[in-house]
Amino acid sequence: MAELQASLPRAARGQFGPVLSLRIGTVLLLWALWEGAARSGLFYEGALPSSFKIARAALNLVVMPAFYYNFGVTLLEVAAAVAIGVAGGISVGLALGASRFAGKAFEPYLQYLAPTPKIIFLPVFMVMFGVGGGSKIAIGALSCFFPMALSVTSGVRQVDPVLLRVGRSFQLTLAQTIRKIYLPALLPPIATGLRLGLGVAIIGTLLGEIKMSNRGLGFLIMQDYGRFDIAEMYAVLAVVFVLAALVNGVIARTLRMKGR
Amino acid sequence: MALLDGASPSLAQRAAPVLVGLLAIAAAIALWQGAAEWGYVNKFVAPAPSDIARSFPRLFTEEGLVGRFLQTFAETFLAAGFAVAIGIPLGWWLHRKPLAGMAYENWVGSFAAAPIVIAYPLFLVLFGRNTATIVVMSCLSGLPAMVLKTKEGLDGTRRVLVNVGLSFGLRPAALFWKIMLPAAIPAIANGVRLALIFALINVVGVEFLINFGGLGELIDDLSQRWELPSMFGAILFVILTSVAFFWATGRVERWFRPHG
Repeated sequence: MAELQASLPRAARGQFGPVLSLRIGTVLLLWALWEGAARSGLFYEGALPSSFKIARAALNLVVMPAFYYNFGVTLLEVAAAVAIGVAGGISVGLALGASRFAGKAFEPYLQYLAPTPKIIFLPVFMVMFGVGGGSKIAIGALSCFFPMALSVTSGVRQVDPVLLRVGRSFQLTLAQTIRKIYLPALLPPIATGLRLGLGVAIIGTLLGEIKMSNRGLGFLIMQDYGRFDIAEMYAVLAVVFVLAALVNGVIARTLRMKGR
Repeated sequence: MALLDGASPSLAQRAAPVLVGLLAIAAAIALWQGAAEWGYVNKFVAPAPSDIARSFPRLFTEEGLVGRFLQTFAETFLAAGFAVAIGIPLGWWLHRKPLAGMAYENWVGSFAAAPIVIAYPLFLVLFGRNTATIVVMSCLSGLPAMVLKTKEGLDGTRRVLVNVGLSFGLRPAALFWKIMLPAAIPAIANGVRLALIFALINVVGVEFLINFGGLGELIDDLSQRWELPSMFGAILFVILTSVAFFWATGRVERWFRPHG
């Protein structure tokens, strides 16, 4: 309970009881509205199934071996995408942040390309890496690269120049400067980039799977859609949303703990 | 030296990095062209830049690029318009009712991070494969930014301005229209820009995923027809128009910021 209270904004802590009541009331109201709409007969039942039916589908889903196989595939693809995106983002971020000239020459392109819709590159990656896991990893890595590169670039610029001068006076090599000064000072921006990058890598990878694949959670969603098994589709979507929120929450919590 | 002295850099100093950036891009294109011409790159995987350039007229004459561009941007503005129309009153309500603000602000923030685009099969079931799905999904992606920025702007109104209004005997409605809303305009303008950006990203993404609509559908169509030079050309067009759009909305937003 104390944990839950601590997660609220500071101003809300004095009003923990009313805030919690309002939140619970809202969840109940939304559930009642959904259930009412599903049972009203106004909507086609296949499109808007009862929440109980979705819960049953979710229970069936989590005991299905196929779910864990597809979950494992997505997990591996996301992990590979994040590893590539993070490595690329940190390298480019270090290069652009450490050199003012390089930053002025190339950072505008990075800034402007960052918000473009990455999904349009999926056909290019499919042509280059095929319709298997490679193209999903590539689209996830591209999505993850931009937040990491931008976060590290701005982080490098905030490294205390005194530390760099001390490093120079100790005649550190470039590798030593990166390892002993930049990387420890860059842990917070790297963590922020990782949090943002992981979220978009999950989305990119899943969208790749949804568009064209024969395995992964995205494939499972499209399989259910194709069979019009809408209750199971809602269940898979709910699982994906819960997993994404959990991962995001764990990283945010780790960041808060490191920040204290 | 001028930089060290704190004097503003000369035109040549400012232009040098920009020129280097442009030259690097030109060199990369030349390298790509050479690799494609000499057979180091398979033209059926990565067509030569000259072939991509040659495909542009065809995109306009045969693929209706202008019409598709207008459709994508009409959907973007419609979705962002709905996000603004719903987001500003919601943000105002969260500001006016502190308990609601405390209870729901985090939820709105979490909703902003939720991978809504993955749920597009759900929207297809609810709305069908049409413009409504694209607009509703894109509106939902822009809505949280609009709500949060409106609340942020209204919360940030200087207390002294509100007190002056009260001392003049302004009624709540007049206080809102004459003091709070003008004070919140920079934050709201930022929210509108974010809503437009998120809407554009989602519109193109959903068009591509459901193969319906403007520029996103064109890229998907061309990839399915394996017309790679045209597909690369369409992707380049989307990137350029997105960059121009972000730049233009940035300039407009800057106009709303307080000067001096």
